[in-house]
Amino acid sequence: MKAYDIVIVGGGPAGLAAAISARESGIESVLILERDKELGGILNQCIHNGFGLHTFKEELTGPEYAGRFIQKVLDMEIEYKLNTMVADISKDRVITAISREEGLTRIKAGAIVLAMGCRERPRGALNIPGYRPAGIFSAGTAQRLVNMEGYMPGREVVILGSGDIGLIMARRMTLEGAKVKVVAELMPYSGGLKRNIVQCLDDFGIPLKLSHTVIDIDGKDRVKGVTIAQVGSDGKPVAGTEEYISCDTLLLSVGLIPENELSRGIGVQISPVTNGPVVNESLETSIDGVFACGNVLHVHDLVDYVSEEAHMAGKCAAAYVQAQKLGNTEEFQGGRAVSLKGENGVRYTVPVFVRPEHMEDTLTVRFRVGNVYKNASVCTYFGDTCISRRKKRVLAPGEMENIVLKKAEIEKYPDLETITIRIEQE
Amino acid sequence: MEKRELTCIGCPLGCAVTVVLENGEIKSVTGNTCKRGDDYARKEVTHPTRIVTSTVTVEGGSAPVVSVKTKEDIPKDKIFDCVRALRGVSVKAPVHMGDVILENAAGTGVDIIATKTVL
Repeated sequence: MKAYDIVIVGGGPAGLAAAISARESGIESVLILERDKELGGILNQCIHNGFGLHTFKEELTGPEYAGRFIQKVLDMEIEYKLNTMVADISKDRVITAISREEGLTRIKAGAIVLAMGCRERPRGALNIPGYRPAGIFSAGTAQRLVNMEGYMPGREVVILGSGDIGLIMARRMTLEGAKVKVVAELMPYSGGLKRNIVQCLDDFGIPLKLSHTVIDIDGKDRVKGVTIAQVGSDGKPVAGTEEYISCDTLLLSVGLIPENELSRGIGVQISPVTNGPVVNESLETSIDGVFACGNVLHVHDLVDYVSEEAHMAGKCAAAYVQAQKLGNTEEFQGGRAVSLKGENGVRYTVPVFVRPEHMEDTLTVRFRVGNVYKNASVCTYFGDTCISRRKKRVLAPGEMENIVLKKAEIEKYPDLETITIRIEQE
Repeated sequence: MEKRELTCIGCPLGCAVTVVLENGEIKSVTGNTCKRGDDYARKEVTHPTRIVTSTVTVEGGSAPVVSVKTKEDIPKDKIFDCVRALRGVSVKAPVHMGDVILENAAGTGVDIIATKTVL
C-alpha cells in the first residue's frame, strides 16, 4: 500500500490551495486525487470574470484563477492523479480509489484534507409536478454543456432560482442567442450576488420575479412551457396569479449541497445546517487527522474565501503530520474548547468551536445570515459581554460574512464557554 | 437635478451608490465605501463598460471549445457586437492562455484572448 503524508480529496480550488499550503508548510509527500480529467474543478466551467479580486487584486475568469493555482502545483511538483474517484475512506485514513489506469488502489494517509466541493440540488428535491421531458437542466449542467462541451441546451429559457449560477447562465444563454424569458425566485430576495443581478439580468432586461415559483411543467417529450405563480408568505402558490410561459428549457438554480458521502462514510460529524463537517479552529473534523475546506465544508460565495480557508486547512494538516512524526498527535487533541454559536439571524458558524491554545493570533469565523437585514450590526458576545459591534448597511443570505477573533482577547476570559454572534437592529 | 441609484459591481459587497447629476454633470457620489465605488459610479453614468466572456470552437484539441474574454472592458453597448464577431471563429489547437483569438473585436480596439490552455 502506497503511503503519503497528506492526501487531498478533490483538485478544485480548495484542494489546490490546501496542497500548496501543505507543501509550503514543509510537507514533501502530498497527493491530490481528482475525479475529473483535469485540475481546477468547477472553475473550469465558470468562464465569466470576477474571480480573484481579493486574492490577486485583479479580475480573472474561472479558468485563469484556477490556472494560477495549477501552475503553482506544477512548479512545486506536487503529485496528483486525475480520473481517479475516491470510493471510501476508513477511520484510520486508508483511502480506496478507483481509476482506469490503476484499477482499485489503497493509499495510506498521515492526514486527509476533504475538498470534494458541492453539487446542485436536483429537480427531484423540488416536487414540481409534471412529466419528465427533455429540457430540464440544473444551471451548472447547462453551464458545463455551453462552456466546456460546446452544446446549447435550448433556445427559449425560464430559470427557476436566482442563485449565482442561474444568474450567470441567464447572461450566458442570452449572449449565445437564446431568449431568457424570466428568472423566478421563490424567496422575496435573490440568493445571488448583487453584482450578478446588475450585470446578468439588468444589463439585458431580463425580468426577475421575486416570490414566484414554477408550479407546473408542460410537455411530454420536450418542455413546451411552464406555469409560474406568485407565492404567499406561507410559501404556497397564490390562486389566480398563475401565468403560462412557453419555453423549451427550464434551468434550475435552487441551491447547492456539500458532497459529503465520503465524510459520512468515515463517520465525520455533519452539521444539519451547513450539511458539511463540524470542524474546530484548525478545520479538523470529528475524526483525528481529517480536515475539511471549501464547499464541502460549507457553500461559499467567493472562491477567494475558499482559497483562504483551504490554505488554513493545508497548514493545519501539515502541523498534524509534523506532530504525528514526533509521535505526539495528542498535542493536537484536547484543550479547552469554547463553542461558537450563531443566534438571532446568524444561521451557522464555521468553525463550530475554538480551542484558544491551538488557535493562531487571529481566527476568521465565517457565517451566513438567514434573512436580509438593513443597517444592522454584527455583534460578538463573549458569554454575556458584547465585545464587538460592527455596523453593516446590508446583510443578505447570499453573501458570506465573517468576524475575526483575536487570541489575546479570548485569553482574557479564562472561564469563557460560549462565543455568540448575533445580528442586532439599531 | 437627476438622481441615479446604482449597485456597485466593483466587488461583491455591491454597495448601493447614489449619483446626483445636474445638466449631465456629476454633482455628488454617495453610498460607496471605497474609491473603486466612486470610479465605477462616475463611469457607469457616463460611459459604462464590461468585460465580455464567451467560448470559441477548437479544432483538433483535447476539448471542443476554449474560453475567451475581451482583454479589457469594452463599452456596454458593444457587448452583442463583440459576441457576434466571435460567431464562427474557430482556432487550431494548441491554444495557450493569453493567446489573441480575435484582434480589435467589433472595432472596439480591444483584442479577445484565450483564458484557458487547450492542447
